[in-house]
Amino acid sequence: MFSERISAGIKKKYGKGKQPKFGEERSVNVINIFQQLSFYGGYFMNIWDQTHECMARDELEQLQLERLQAVVNRVYKNVTHYRKIFNETGIIAEDIRSLADLSRLPFTTRDDLQVNYPYGMFAVPLREVVRIHSSSGTTSKPIVMGYTKNDIKIWSNLAARFMTAAGVTPDDVVQITFRYGLFTGAFGVHYGAEAIGASVIPMGTGNTDKQIMIMQDYKSTVLVSTSSYAIALADRLDQLGIDPKSLSLKTGLFGGEPWSEKMREEIENRLLLKATDNYVISELIGPGVAGECLCKKGMHIYEDAFIPEIIDPETGAVLPAGAEGELVLTTLTREAFPLIRYRTGDVTSLDYTPCECGRTLVRMKKIMRRSDDMIIVRGVNVFPAQIEDALFSVAQGETPYQIVVEREGAMDNLEVVVEVTDKIFSLELQKQRSFLETIKKRLASVTGINVVVRLVESKSIPRQQGRIQRVLDKRQI
Amino acid sequence: MLKIKNINTYYGQAQALKNVSLHLAEGEIVTLIGANGAGKTTLLNSLSGVVPTRSGQIIFNDAPINNLPVHQIVRLGISQVPEGRQVFKPVSVEDNLELGSYLHHRILGGARDVKKNKEMVYDLFPILRERRKQLAGTLSGGEQQMLAIGRAFMTRPKLMLLDEPSMGLAPMVVQEIFRVIASLSREQKTTVLLVEQNARAALKMAGRGYVLETGHMILEGTAAELLNNKDVQRAYLGRDKKEIWER
Repeated sequence: MFSERISAGIKKKYGKGKQPKFGEERSVNVINIFQQLSFYGGYFMNIWDQTHECMARDELEQLQLERLQAVVNRVYKNVTHYRKIFNETGIIAEDIRSLADLSRLPFTTRDDLQVNYPYGMFAVPLREVVRIHSSSGTTSKPIVMGYTKNDIKIWSNLAARFMTAAGVTPDDVVQITFRYGLFTGAFGVHYGAEAIGASVIPMGTGNTDKQIMIMQDYKSTVLVSTSSYAIALADRLDQLGIDPKSLSLKTGLFGGEPWSEKMREEIENRLLLKATDNYVISELIGPGVAGECLCKKGMHIYEDAFIPEIIDPETGAVLPAGAEGELVLTTLTREAFPLIRYRTGDVTSLDYTPCECGRTLVRMKKIMRRSDDMIIVRGVNVFPAQIEDALFSVAQGETPYQIVVEREGAMDNLEVVVEVTDKIFSLELQKQRSFLETIKKRLASVTGINVVVRLVESKSIPRQQGRIQRVLDKRQI
Repeated sequence: MLKIKNINTYYGQAQALKNVSLHLAEGEIVTLIGANGAGKTTLLNSLSGVVPTRSGQIIFNDAPINNLPVHQIVRLGISQVPEGRQVFKPVSVEDNLELGSYLHHRILGGARDVKKNKEMVYDLFPILRERRKQLAGTLSGGEQQMLAIGRAFMTRPKLMLLDEPSMGLAPMVVQEIFRVIASLSREQKTTVLLVEQNARAALKMAGRGYVLETGHMILEGTAAELLNNKDVQRAYLGRDKKEIWER
C-alpha cells in the first residue's frame, strides 16, 4: 500500500508519463512524498477517514451538492421553520443547482433557534432522538440540540478525525477535563476517543489536585481541556513542585475558547506536549466540526459534513476565499438537527491550499474573536484579542486580565485590569512602573485610543466557573 | 466514474425527477431506494438513454452522455437489466445472450469475444449452460432473471444498472442472484447501481445508498447509516420492524 501511495504521489506531482529521471531528483522527491504522507515533526500522522478527508475537490463538491440538495429537501419537508421561511422568500428546493446557489438560502441565526425553543428545529420526531444537549444560554433562553442514533455515530467519527489528526492512537490514555452534562464538549471527545480505541478517563471539570494525581498515577498521555485550564494545571504543577517530565503527557487537545499562538507556546513548553486546536460549536454538533493536524496551520473543516462560508457580518454577502469574515456553516449529515447557513458569530478566514498532512480539506484560521464582541470606544473599534495579544507579549506570558468599559459623562473609558502574577510582583517598584507604562503604550498603539491599565491583586478579578469574563461592558447606551 | 447533476425528467407534463444529483465511484455498489412512483426506474432509464432528460448533466468517465442514443451509451460501457426481465421469449437462451452482444458482432471485436463472454456468463450461471438450447420463454422466473443479467453482461459493461432484480422471485433464488451481483462487482470490477424493493437486502450488499421520494433525492449515506435511519426503516424496511408505540 505504501509503495502504491508513493507512486500515486509521484504521478500526482509530475503527471502521467512525466516521472522524474532516476537519480538525485527522485530521492529528494521521495522525501517530499514522505512529508506529504504526513511524516511530519517526528510523528507519523494517521488519517481516520482517508476517503472523506483526502477527497479530490471535484468529487467532494459533487458529494456536497448531493447532500445539500437532500438536506434542503429534508428540512423543507420536516422543519416548520424552514418551510415557512422558504415559502416566504419564495425559494424552492429545486433552486439549489450548484454549491454557489447555497447563498440564495436565508441564514439561520441564534435568534431563530431561540424562537423555536425547545424542539421547534428538530427534523425528526422526539421519539427518534436519543440525546438532548443544550447551550449554556448566558443571555436568554438556551438552545436545545437533538441527536439521533446515527447522529451520535457520525459525531463519534468526526471527533475521531481531529483526535487522530492530533496524534491520538489506541495506545493513548485520554483524560477529559471538560464538563459532562448539557455541554457537548466532553461527550464528543469521549466518543471520538472510544471510536479510536483509546482509554478514556472521564474526569470532568475541577479538582485540580485530583486531576494531577490521576494524570501521574494513571499515566495519562492525552489532555483534553480548555487552554486556560491547561495553564492552571501547569501553575498548580509548579506550586506542587512536580516536574512535567515525570508526567506521560504527549498530546493536548484544546478547544472551547479562543487562545493565541503565545498560549500554545506556553502550554507546550510547560506541559511538554503537542498542543492542537479544535473547533467546538454545540449548535452544529459539538467538537468534530474542525480540528488542527500536527502541521498546526489551521483547522481542517470536515467539508463532507459541513459546508463553510465566510460572510460580511454587516451585509451578509459571501466573501471570496481567503477573506476574513463571519463563519457560516450548513450541516450535511445531521438527522435530528440540520441547520442551513447557521451564523456562528465566529470570525475567521478559509485557506483552500493543500496542507502538508495530505488532507484536502479547507483550513480555517484560529478563531480569535467573534463578529459580535467588537467594542466601540469613542468611535474606535477595539478587539479584545488585540488587547490580549499585546498584553501577553509585554507580560511575556499568560496573565489573567479583564477589559472594563465604562462611560463617564459622554466619554467612554476602556480600562484593562491586570492581575499581578508572581513574575510581575517580584519586580522592583521601578520596573513595575515601567512595565505598566510599556503596556499602556503598546495598548494605545494597537487600539488607537488611550487605555487605562490597573494592576490588581492576584485572584481578585471575579471568576464565573473558573473563567474570567473577558469584557465587562458597564456602559448603558 | 459517473456524476449526475440536477437532472429533470418529464413524462409529458408530469415531472418524474426533480433536480436529482448522484455519483458513483468505480467499483462501488450503490443502491437506490424509494417507494413506488418515486422515480427510481425513471432515473435508470434516464441514465441509459431510454427516457430523455429535459435538463441537467450526466457525466460518464468525464464525458457528457445526456440524451445520447441508447446504443451509443451501451457502447460507452453502461448496460441495463430492465425491470421484469424482458428476455426475448421465443428465442433460445444462447441467442438471447448473443443478442446482448450485438455490438460485439457488429463493431467491437467479433466472434471470439462473444464466445469468451458467453462462457463467462455460463460460469456465473451454470444453469444457463444446461438450458442454452431451450427457449427463453420456457425458463422459470429466476432463470429468466439470470438470463437478463447475463445478457447485459455480454457487453462487458463498466457500469451495470439493475432494476428490481429480485422482483417476484423465491427467496432462495434472490440469494443466488445477489451472490452473482456481488461477485460481478468483486471479481469483474463492474460498478453497480441497484434499484431494489427489497431495501434491506440491497443495503446489506451495497456500500452506499440514496433515497428518492416523489422525484426528490432526500438522503445520501453509507448503507449502514441508511439501515439505521428511522425514516428509511419506517418507509422501506417496514415488514421486519415492530412499531409497538404507534397506534
